[in-house]
Amino acid sequence: MLRLVSFALFLVVWWTAALLVGGAKLPSPPAVLDVMIAEAASGALFLHLGATLARVALAFVLAMSLGSAIGYLMGRVKLADRLGDPWLILLLNLPALVVIVLAYIWAGLTEAAAIAAIAINKLPTAVVTLREGTRALDRSLDEMASVFAMPRWRAFRHVVLPQLAPYVAASARSGLSLVWKIVLVAELLGRPNGVGFEIGVAFQLFDTPRLLAYSLTFAAVVLVIETALVQPFEAHASRWRPRAA
Amino acid sequence: MRLEVGITGKTFKSAAGETHEVLAPIRFALQSGEVGVLIGPSGCGKSTMLRIILGLDRDYQGHVARPPEARVGMVFQEPRLLPWRSVEQNVRLAAPDVSDAKLAELFRILELEAHRSHFPGELSLGLARRVALARAFAVEPDILVLDEPLASLDDALAGRLRDEIATLVASRPVTTLLVTHSLDDAVRLGDRLFFLSPRPARILAEVPIGIPREARGDAAIAAIKAGLARRAPDEQGGERAGRDVS
Repeated sequence: MLRLVSFALFLVVWWTAALLVGGAKLPSPPAVLDVMIAEAASGALFLHLGATLARVALAFVLAMSLGSAIGYLMGRVKLADRLGDPWLILLLNLPALVVIVLAYIWAGLTEAAAIAAIAINKLPTAVVTLREGTRALDRSLDEMASVFAMPRWRAFRHVVLPQLAPYVAASARSGLSLVWKIVLVAELLGRPNGVGFEIGVAFQLFDTPRLLAYSLTFAAVVLVIETALVQPFEAHASRWRPRAA
Repeated sequence: MRLEVGITGKTFKSAAGETHEVLAPIRFALQSGEVGVLIGPSGCGKSTMLRIILGLDRDYQGHVARPPEARVGMVFQEPRLLPWRSVEQNVRLAAPDVSDAKLAELFRILELEAHRSHFPGELSLGLARRVALARAFAVEPDILVLDEPLASLDDALAGRLRDEIATLVASRPVTTLLVTHSLDDAVRLGDRLFFLSPRPARILAEVPIGIPREARGDAAIAAIKAGLARRAPDEQGGERAGRDVS
């Protein structure tokens, strides 16, 4: 209910601003909706949305799985932490644009280059978050598992993973927004489809309604993914915690 | 299963680089079915000794011999349950082979039936300790280590839990090592008492209790405790409390 009120307020502010500034710079909500409907009817909206979503999914899964594994290793093994730390700092501070441009130069304007570049941008934050999570693991529970001679996999699954779950969820949430921002840049620079490509076209034509139609549709999709997937996962992972934490 | 402890020393370096001696030479052995009790002042190194015996700390001099196939059950000072698993899952994860009947019996003895599906965060400390006990017994241990399992419980509950431990220990041959501050617990549960010195810990006196556990009435226990009180704090007291009754 509160969410609806908040959304309605957003529409009111938008509409008022559109009336004040004028339709060329900021089109009103109905104008944007018209473009959305037209693009959806032609199928272009779904094509571009699908292409972008596929890239997001691939890059996200790649970065999360690789980043979590490396982060866990660096949290557990001192040597890995020492060796990996300079690389991590470098990657963390490398601008996304540099990675994307270099990837396109070295690997060509290919799908693989785009996905790799997006994944490399997300990777270091996943590593950092999971390394923190691993460092915060409760040693006394490790000892308990060791005394009771729990096999490695069972201990990992039931003792370690539940402690890492909040960190995975936090990393997934921030990662999703990061990947979503970077994927558009990658598409703008070197892909012939996707929301980023469409926004590039709209920018060249100064077609604001089209620009908003695509970005808002994608924002809506991200919102749905967040409420339908990320939040239920978090709720499930933290169901044992006392409520209202 | 025989548990043989022959620690010749344990030191650790503090952050400032000083070397501290935690354990002096300590030597004792427990036979199968025997309950050994370690009694000593706080901070004397009991927990360090337990960690060495459990194989959690390998940085010491000497050796600890226990059969490699020995199953170990442990009740830590704090319950150390997995907060994200239910009571029943906590027990089953440590003891995957436990039968439903055995589990039901343990939960009945420890009065945990109503709490099977609760999470540890929903339990009182007394209940959580009972879950830790259930977990330690569910593995059907050959070696059972209890680190102050009754600390910070009220007398009535501690008394009942102590009786439950006695019942469970009697139900199968298990080598038990109990750490406690309470002379009462020691005398009621132990077969042999080891009195430890302040840090660095060494064994000041070893006191066997001759009366079988189930035959120890309140009068006998009072007598043993009186005997112990007479010799304490003098570690050299030659008399062995309780021997005359055996």
